[in-house]
Amino acid sequence: MRRLLRRFGLRTAVLAYLALLVIVPVGSIVYRAFAPGLGTAWHDLANPSGATSAGFFHALILTLLVAGIAVPLNAVFGVVAAVVLARHRFPGARLLDAAIDLPVAVSPVVVGLALVLVYGRAGWFGGWLAARGIQVIFSIPGIVMGSAFVSIPYVARAVLPVLQEIGTDQEQAAATLGASPWQIFWRVTLPSIRWGLAYGVTLTTARVLGEFGALSVLSGNVVGHTQTLTLYVGYLFEGNLDTVGAEVGAVILAVLALSVLGVLSLAGREKGSRSWLSRFARSPRGSRTSSLSTTSP
Amino acid sequence: MTLLEAPPVTGAPTTPRWRAAGRVAARVGAPGTAVVYLSLLVLIPLAALSVAAFHGGWSAFWAGVRDPESWAALKLTVLSALVVVVVNTIAGTAIAWVLVRDQFVGKRVVASLVDLPFALPTIVAGLTLLTLYGPNSPFHLDAAGTRFGVWIALAFVTLPFSVRAVQPVLSELERDAEDAASSLGARSPTVFRRIVLPSLAPAMLSGAMLAFARAMGEYGSLVFISGDRPFATEVASLRIFGLYENGQNNQAAAVSLALLSLSLVVLLLGGVLRRRLTRPEFG
Repeated sequence: MRRLLRRFGLRTAVLAYLALLVIVPVGSIVYRAFAPGLGTAWHDLANPSGATSAGFFHALILTLLVAGIAVPLNAVFGVVAAVVLARHRFPGARLLDAAIDLPVAVSPVVVGLALVLVYGRAGWFGGWLAARGIQVIFSIPGIVMGSAFVSIPYVARAVLPVLQEIGTDQEQAAATLGASPWQIFWRVTLPSIRWGLAYGVTLTTARVLGEFGALSVLSGNVVGHTQTLTLYVGYLFEGNLDTVGAEVGAVILAVLALSVLGVLSLAGREKGSRSWLSRFARSPRGSRTSSLSTTSP
Repeated sequence: MTLLEAPPVTGAPTTPRWRAAGRVAARVGAPGTAVVYLSLLVLIPLAALSVAAFHGGWSAFWAGVRDPESWAALKLTVLSALVVVVVNTIAGTAIAWVLVRDQFVGKRVVASLVDLPFALPTIVAGLTLLTLYGPNSPFHLDAAGTRFGVWIALAFVTLPFSVRAVQPVLSELERDAEDAASSLGARSPTVFRRIVLPSLAPAMLSGAMLAFARAMGEYGSLVFISGDRPFATEVASLRIFGLYENGQNNQAAAVSLALLSLSLVVLLLGGVLRRRLTRPEFG
């Protein structure tokens, strides 16, 4: 009887905490945004008092453009970094390993500030860039860089454990059969890491779509020019321009986030029920040397 | 054996010379590319941040950090991160326990909702919490502009770290030892404290570290709900943004460097402590 009470008590407490913190807030914003009807909501979003609908659509397109550049960049970097860390020995490997995780510990605002100090007009490379007519900060390259900075770790951290698990047997077999390193990568390595890669790319996309703090510093927040969807929602809300419009924008972003969750749970099921965080929490740094030494012929 | 299992590799055979060139390129080019990318994006900017923080020497850095408003913001940030991490480590372990050991209708939905705060853009998280715990709160619970509001937002964004760090360890935990202990007469709290908790402690610590680092730097979810009131609800990231907007980049860099160093020190200490806590496997 006491056991039963405790079990139900714990379950109730846990569900209540989740409800107050996550479920009810998210539910209420969806309800409030769409309570006046879908048509009104759409109208509010596209025509916030004064600004034109161009602001919203431009923000949407800019967000997709930034994700379209930053996500592939980080996917390539993540795969290269993971292959390098799993398959090569070189001086500074541990440093590279640690540096990949660094962005997790850096505040988004600090990311923005640090990039301004290098690529801004008065920054280290600012003069050189300005002399060539390249504007980075308050422009699209800066927004891409900020988004890429905050989402660096995810692909590498998703791919690295898979590479360590599969070992080098098949790659060595391919090499003895005469395959070039490039062929080995495309035909052996890449197919076996594809689920880890998909998982990492999904996390990266979620992080890029949702970035706000770094972009507040880097974008200059010009409506219809350097405003991404998150900045647009914040701008509508802050200026008290149109809270319903801001909420609809928020719901669009929330729907994107929910679809990311769907993909994550699918990809997670495909490769066993490992959660995304276990890759960070138990990043197997010590096992690298052992996996290398056991697979040597 | 492994040779037979290897997938067939077809294509034009490469000359040995090309192969050697490819191998050299792979050996030098790949690490080189990774390092250059990471340097341009992360390492050089963080170096510039440190240089700007010490522009004017150690005294300028310290003056920037000890500026009354910045100092108050840093203190509030550390205090809030600690409060939230303690609450969420307990709540996160309880949630992980229920998700692993309990069975009820709708468990899968609850399990995937735990990841929502990670996937949700922080600005949306802030707006969402404001509709419920702001001036128009349906519960008449207006936490906007109070420290409680800051803590709610931080608890929201750090929840996945606390749950997901513990959950996989708990689901792989063998129940033999627990069964043995209870068959020998140990009550459930004793079993939890003596058997389960020691196995979970390293995972709980990992989650706590990640949650702490996240809470220290949080910005988007706090912009609206905190009200950004100096000396009251202004956390370090908001203070840094304020300094930057005023054009006081070097002071902003000093506060940033202090914040970043605090996070890194906690992560390092946590890593050392976790290695201590991890008990050697039996057998």
